[in-house]
Amino acid sequence: MSARDPIAHVRAETCFVDDLLEPQGTLYAAVFGSPVAHGVVCVLDANAAAAASGVAAVFTARDIPGENQVGSVVADQPLLAADRVRYVGQPLAMVVADTPTRAHQALKNITVTIDKRPAVFDPRQAAENGDLIGLPRTIAMGNVDAAWSQCVTIVSGRVDSGGQEHLYLETQAALAIPRPCDSMHIFSATQSPSSVQRTVARVLACPMHAIEVEVQRVGGAFGGKEDQAATWAALAALAAHRLQRPVKLVLDRHADMQMTGKRHPYTSDYRLGLDADGRFLAFQATYYQNAGAVADLSTAVLERSLFHATNSYAIPNVRVTGICCRTHLPPFTAFRGFGAPQAMVVIEAAIVAAAETLNVPTWTLQQKNLLCGGDIFPFGMRMQGDTPRRSFDAAVSRFHVQSRLADIERRNAASNFVKRGLAVMPVCFGIAFTTTMLNQAGALVHVFVDGSVSVSTAAVEIGQGVATKLRRMAAAALGIAQTRVRIENTSTTRVANMSPTAASTAADLNGAAVRLACGTLLQRLKTVAAGIQGVPAGQVAIRGGRVWIGDAPSSLTWEALVKTAHRKRVDLSAHAFYATPELHYDRQREKGRPFAYHVCGAAVVEARLDALRGTASIESVEIVHDAGRSLDPLVDRGQVEGAVVQGIGWTTLEELMVDPDGRLLTDTLSTYKVPDLDFSPTTIEVVFLDDTADSGAVMASKAVGEPPLMYGIGAYFAIRAAIRAVRDVPAERIRLPLTHARILQMLEGE
Amino acid sequence: MNVKDQMKNAKWWYSVYFKIDFILHLAFSHFREWCEFRNGRFLILLAIALGPGACESPIAINGDSPLYFNPQTRYWLPDGAEPADHWSPMIRFILNRDVVSTRVNRGSVLLDFLRRERHLTGTKQGCREGDCGACSVLVGSRVPGGVRYRLVAACLTPVGELHGNHVLTIEGLNMDALSPVQQAIVDAGATQCGFCTPGIVVALTGFLLASPSLTLAEALAALDGNICRCTGYASIRRAVQRLVDGLGPLPTAPDRRLEKLVRTASLPAYLIDIGRRLDAIALEPAPAAADGVPVPVSGGTDLFVQQPENMRHQPLVFLGRDARLQGIRIDDDHIHIGATTPVEDLKRDHRLVRIFPAWQTTMDAIASTPIRNRATLAGNIVNASPIGDLTIMMLALNAQLTIRGSCGMRRIALDAFYRGDKQVDLAAGEWITEISFLHPSPQSCFNFEKVSRRKRLDIASVNTAMHVETHGGRVSHARISAGGVAPVPLFLTGSSAWLIGQPVSCATLARLIDLIDSEVSPIDDVRGTAHYKRRLLRRLVIAHFVVCFPDLELEGRLP
Repeated sequence: MSARDPIAHVRAETCFVDDLLEPQGTLYAAVFGSPVAHGVVCVLDANAAAAASGVAAVFTARDIPGENQVGSVVADQPLLAADRVRYVGQPLAMVVADTPTRAHQALKNITVTIDKRPAVFDPRQAAENGDLIGLPRTIAMGNVDAAWSQCVTIVSGRVDSGGQEHLYLETQAALAIPRPCDSMHIFSATQSPSSVQRTVARVLACPMHAIEVEVQRVGGAFGGKEDQAATWAALAALAAHRLQRPVKLVLDRHADMQMTGKRHPYTSDYRLGLDADGRFLAFQATYYQNAGAVADLSTAVLERSLFHATNSYAIPNVRVTGICCRTHLPPFTAFRGFGAPQAMVVIEAAIVAAAETLNVPTWTLQQKNLLCGGDIFPFGMRMQGDTPRRSFDAAVSRFHVQSRLADIERRNAASNFVKRGLAVMPVCFGIAFTTTMLNQAGALVHVFVDGSVSVSTAAVEIGQGVATKLRRMAAAALGIAQTRVRIENTSTTRVANMSPTAASTAADLNGAAVRLACGTLLQRLKTVAAGIQGVPAGQVAIRGGRVWIGDAPSSLTWEALVKTAHRKRVDLSAHAFYATPELHYDRQREKGRPFAYHVCGAAVVEARLDALRGTASIESVEIVHDAGRSLDPLVDRGQVEGAVVQGIGWTTLEELMVDPDGRLLTDTLSTYKVPDLDFSPTTIEVVFLDDTADSGAVMASKAVGEPPLMYGIGAYFAIRAAIRAVRDVPAERIRLPLTHARILQMLEGE
Repeated sequence: MNVKDQMKNAKWWYSVYFKIDFILHLAFSHFREWCEFRNGRFLILLAIALGPGACESPIAINGDSPLYFNPQTRYWLPDGAEPADHWSPMIRFILNRDVVSTRVNRGSVLLDFLRRERHLTGTKQGCREGDCGACSVLVGSRVPGGVRYRLVAACLTPVGELHGNHVLTIEGLNMDALSPVQQAIVDAGATQCGFCTPGIVVALTGFLLASPSLTLAEALAALDGNICRCTGYASIRRAVQRLVDGLGPLPTAPDRRLEKLVRTASLPAYLIDIGRRLDAIALEPAPAAADGVPVPVSGGTDLFVQQPENMRHQPLVFLGRDARLQGIRIDDDHIHIGATTPVEDLKRDHRLVRIFPAWQTTMDAIASTPIRNRATLAGNIVNASPIGDLTIMMLALNAQLTIRGSCGMRRIALDAFYRGDKQVDLAAGEWITEISFLHPSPQSCFNFEKVSRRKRLDIASVNTAMHVETHGGRVSHARISAGGVAPVPLFLTGSSAWLIGQPVSCATLARLIDLIDSEVSPIDDVRGTAHYKRRLLRRLVIAHFVVCFPDLELEGRLP
């Protein structure tokens, strides 16, 4: 196996934006953010900063030649705030200087007077004030109101889940280089090159063709560089355009954490009703999403919350409502899972509440209510296949859930200080952009006369291994070795109008487009080969870099074939386009088929609690996961493990703290802790459910990026189970993350 | 001739100076006594040799460019020129394969030097506070029998302290083929976005070079300063397992181990020669601090996080370069710890491991390998953080500080050292030279407890230490300290005094907890609410008793 990317990584030969050789004369930008959460800007004085040594210019909203707007879904986000600020850290001005240090130093010379206005940080408060983004949305099925009367057990409660900082290790970065004839080349650390291109064109009032956005690779994104990379690229471009010099803008960690959006905090109310057999009859929930100050992708995130409100369960009567609440915090944005984790934790909390009420093991209730093939989701789509049940049953038996629970009970009784807890967490996650129009991709494949192949797509390599997968797919489609294939940087001049690399779909969409393009080339080459060999084209195949006639290899090599084709003036380039078929969704009726398929699985999570000190750790996570026919088991396994630990971080460790004025207190790595090696479970076992029946995706594979994050929700409930070995804790109010402080609170019965 | 022209001419003169300096250095590097004259003093001689007049007089070699000796920078500057950043004294070290000489500010950090001055971009900027490991590099210093490499965070390492050392970055580790460390990461799929990967390669290479033990646990512990946001660490564990499985035995002596690692293609061959090349540089005295009251830097792992700008512009004196301030000495009664002994050396000291049974696990919970390699005990004490782990330990051990200043030496008990919030009993120009404490008796029990959000590389919500001894069922000696519950690292004077003479019992513990609660005054902050900290401290005091008095049967009788 050739692994070009990993080899470059271990040798540090990978170039991130800040590592690129800068053109001579490059200037450096730093951004001045609002010190106030909400107010009217009276005076913004940047004269002293402009006069500071090394400073080339200071830019404010007045200097924007085009539209002062970066909002992609709703036009409610200025690039640089002009008259009103809506969150601490909102960009107000940009300093450009000859060194990064001088740019940062000059920020201290900017003063701003802001007439403060009341600020709201609590989404329920915002909802009460009627400060919403869009209208509340409700997805419903059956008749919930009528169903309650048939329920034997009804539980209700509230779940508050916190936000989550992406903490991609590469901070937001862009390098804008002016080119002759009013065009600009931008290197951006973005998941969405076309969004950056569109935004820059809008801000600079130029056509999109004047802007080339190129992405070599991104040092982690997790959703944080989908919509939110555009601001920094646009700022760099603005300065580069005005000064006609290359300008680099790399946020330092502190600025990145203060100014950029994170996973949405939610606060939700639920009600779940069960019949006498423990079957779920009715589920109702309201999700108050803290959107932050501007729309960003919040409404789309909320939509996915509604789609995943019932996770892996079949419930006949459902009514779930999502409310997108505007507050005075930085715009919350996409983060791996895209609203699904926030909804899944609610239904799981409801099930745990029911299990504790009924005094039955939670996993038995879960198992009883799993989706089967043909079951209908509240949004009208039918479940294909039985993977929820198959994966759950496989996990329960393979990882000995029943006997381990008994063993844990025994051991807990024998020790006062060490308690253990176990939880099973099923996941059922829909694959596709829920905004149907985004499910499209283009690919451009060139075959060069020496037989080497260049592939351009819309997929951005952010560490998820999409380049490796695309390379493998192209090589397989053309019947040549992977070493002949190069996956190009993602550039808006090679593939236009790209959808973001997001929603776990990059390999599905771009892979399909690559295979279509390769198919076109293959057809042309086979025709040439058939002509050379004097056989019908139908008998020709290319395998192992050689032309085969029927079952026999011929003497015609790939190189010779390509050369001949070139001589015969056959087009050796192909562009192809793929649009996921059969997707539709009607937002009026809230019914449709928003997903191509679902990815399902189940995890068994075991926690260890130090009941004396009030600390806990996750000892093991064992997973049965449906990855279809994995395109690269090493890559897919890494995606599952990484997502799980990120999920555990969200549910048990990572805590955003904001002071009463809306200033983020946890804006450094010393105050915002993410999982480290010691924190991560020693055992993460991943068993792939080899299920290809229901995948509509390329080469019977399945998307893998997001679904496993939600296994991390099991960590919360495993620790909770361990705490319950010490004392009963009420289930009506659940708060994430379950930090050590919260554990101690629960242990002390507070 | 105006100043501007002089400056222009001066450029030429500096190049002449550098050349002369370098030629003379080459010529005389064998003679230590000659080299004593470098850095200005030698030029004074040169000035005398070149013409009449003392060092106040300008030298004018070609007649039209007079230079004046600036006593502050000890360099010759054009008349009227302000000593600027680039007039800093020459710092010379080996960077990977090359000797570099630089006059960047002594307080500028290595990370910026690597990335901005040398375009060595394999060392990544992740957080600039030593919390992510993306900028990890190895710094080698000459020791008898080889070069000792330590993993450090380049973002917190001042360039001025590198004089005479070897800096080894990922670029310097690359060979034509992948090293076993690199190969293991590739094979295990232990790299995804790749941003943290160079730091991990460097950290594991540091483990190979310097770890006394080659176990899986030690290798994993070597990554306690590295954050990876992509992999969830499972594949990194597998990579480390592969690496360790593939290791043969390695000698412990640095030079012999290095040879073996080079022989097995784990490291590039040029490293063999580094020790000898460092000796040549070591003959040159390290550049001294500029005039003015210098800021003593003892590791600086917090200073360079809290005030990087100040550090770049203030005169600094690097206490870590003074061998007299380093080392651990244990005599019949006392344990003496040199003020600037790196914390990692404390962790690894076999004698301390014997004296304190839980020593290594305790030390694992303090900072991370790259931070422990720079941080020092005195630094922790003077930093006066109310939550300093080592300080809290030292308070319970009744440590005494030896302080050197212009008026000579003095000694003070650590528990008398803190005067208030960040106020310590240390005058300008004074610094701690040694921390000492009585050898704990074998019958006594020392226990340290710490709870933080994350177990490793995190600041405690509350930490506490207890040193206690009993005699006939009663407490005969007791010292308890607590951090994070007061403006200063707190020695619990009243509670400790009360405990002496009490019977070892649950009732004593219950009373003690209440007493301690009345002695502390925590506040709400990002490490927890005041309420939480009080609750937590109560439990950690119980934990002290659980650890020190296992026969007390506290289980089942707890709050």
